[in-house]
Parts: sequence; C-alpha cells; structure tokens
Amino acid sequence: MAGLLTKAAAKAFPKSLWLYHCNSGACNGCDIEILNVLTPYYDVERFGMKLVGSPRHADVMLLSGAVTRPTLPLVKRAYEAMPGPKLVFGIGSCAAGGGCWFDTYNVSGGGAAAVPVDYLIPGCPPRPEAIIFGVALALGLVEQKASPVELKQVEFPIDAYLRNKAWEERNVIYRLLKD
Amino acid sequence: MWLASKIKQVVLALKPGTVTLKYPAEPRPAPKNFRGQPVWDHTKCIGCAGCADHCPARTILLRDICQDLRVLLYDGARCMYCGRCADLCPEKAIVMSPDFELATGDRNDVTQSLELFMLTCNRCGRCFDMEIKNAIDKLGLRGYRYDSLEARTVLRRTTDRLAPEVLDETGTFRRPEKIGG
Repeated sequence: MAGLLTKAAAKAFPKSLWLYHCNSGACNGCDIEILNVLTPYYDVERFGMKLVGSPRHADVMLLSGAVTRPTLPLVKRAYEAMPGPKLVFGIGSCAAGGGCWFDTYNVSGGGAAAVPVDYLIPGCPPRPEAIIFGVALALGLVEQKASPVELKQVEFPIDAYLRNKAWEERNVIYRLLKD
Repeated sequence: MWLASKIKQVVLALKPGTVTLKYPAEPRPAPKNFRGQPVWDHTKCIGCAGCADHCPARTILLRDICQDLRVLLYDGARCMYCGRCADLCPEKAIVMSPDFELATGDRNDVTQSLELFMLTCNRCGRCFDMEIKNAIDKLGLRGYRYDSLEARTVLRRTTDRLAPEVLDETGTFRRPEKIGG
C-alpha cells in the first residue's frame, strides 16, 4: 500500500524540490512569509518540498532581500555550492527587482545582480499563497496569470481641442490681440 | 500508561481536523482591503505624473515621446504595493486590485504601459519642458513675460551672445575705487 502511494506520488510529482532559504539582507518580512508557507496551514510539503540547512543539499534557493554589498559574495558562493540543476526563486520585491533600494549605494540592486533569478514572486512581502502559487508554477500545477499590459488612448481627444478652441473664441483678450 | 497518553495525543490531533489549505486547487481570494497589483484606467488618467513623483520605489516612469504623447511605464517587479499612487491619484485612475498571483519567470510580465494623449498649453505652446535647461526660458514657461525689447537687452541668455566689445569690457573691468584713494 505504502509502495503504491509512493509510486503515485512519484508519478504526480516527479521531482521533490528541496529548498534552501537564503536571506541576503531582507527585512525579515519575506522570511516570515517563507516560514509561514512551511507551516501546516499552508503546508508546502504537499509538493514534496522541504527546507534544508545547507545549499549543498538543495535544489532551489529561496532568495529574499535585495542583495546587499556584504552578502553579495556569500550569495554567489551559496549558489555555486548548490548542485545543478538548480532554481532560484526571488521572493519579494527586493529579490525580484531591488525594491525601493534598487539604486542605493550599498545594495547591488536585486537578486539578479548576484545570481540568475528564475522565478520572481513580487510582493512586499508576498502573501504565502503567492509563494505557493510561485512554486506551483515552477512545478507546472498552475498556469501563469501575470502578463504584460499595454493600454492606449486610442481615441484622439479631439473634443478637448475643440473645447480649447471655443475657450479661445470666448476669450476677449485673444480677439483683441488679433485685431 | 504510555498507551493512554498516545490515545490522548491522537484525540487531541483529531480534534481540530484538517487545517491545511488546498490553495492551488481551490481559489483563495485576498481579504477586502488587500493591496495587490495596481491597475491603471487609461480612460481616466490625465498624465499628471503624481504617481511617478511619489512612488517610493520609483517603479513608475513617465516619458514624453513627442509633444502630444506621454508614455507611462510601470515595472511591477520592484513595486512595494504600498498603494500610494492610488491614494494620491486625483482622477482615481489607479485601483489596487486584489490580484496577488503575480509569480512569473519573466520580469516583463508584471509591467504595464499606458499611452496618453496630452494637450498643448495655451500659454507656452507646449506641455512639458524636458529639453529646456536655461533658467530664463524656464521662467518663460512659468509665465514670465519676456517679449519686451527692453527686457531682452537686459536678460542675456548665454555669454556667447554678448557682443565682443562687451566681453572686452568685462576682461578689463575694474571695480570702482575710492575717490582720491
């Protein structure tokens, strides 16, 4: 029975991702949410995920925080220590793009400056559901919902120009200047 | 005795039941006042750049690509979702939507861009002064009337427009001395 279950689980989730949580100067907001994901309430271990203490055991690095200057070489070393194939999740706006410290003097400007970030999970901090959505996206359980939005004012606002013109005609000074 | 404690543990564990969320299988909407991805309404936006001025992470950029066209770019990857843009938008064109499922592999997937038509100013004939670095011309854009000939002779734009004799005078200029000193 147990063997059958294991086989079914292995078929459903061919790869169990082991997570290494790397804090590169975060404010602990994202770290709290990552730990929240591992609690029984959100329970990311349903997907076979497990928090490990060493990058040498890990497949996935959960990077939180804009990579500060002191932590930059350490993050690089931790990434090199992970056996391939490896994934990096940038958790929070800081790791995704630098947050509001993207151009500060002692911050290298997001996780992409140190390691190749494969998945971005923006949020400040992201909800635990958002993190679960990110890992489910990596596992192929859900479809991606974010897509670039491009909006255009297609209709040329001619009525505004007409309104301006009417205002000019009403305005006496313009008429006086013309004469 | 040990069996009784085990049974007690099992009873305690069974009491709350299953608490784990079935989140990716079942939807879990955000709470009421949750601030997710900001969404622009391009029909309401007037292009005042208040959101771009006040964004703490400076994720909102405004670019004037010509006199009538203004482009607003939003980069959600480093957005803090503070909702400040939505707070101060005078036209309420920005709404903080409850969307939080923004995980993506590509940074461009969380961007938004708006193309806005701008009007030409009745007074100065343009709506922005991106090119003008001259302080006097900026004063002109703010309404300072500079079209009288007398004012033009007084206010020089640059030094290379000065006449050569005037420049010579400045080279040999001497401060007024004390009478009899």
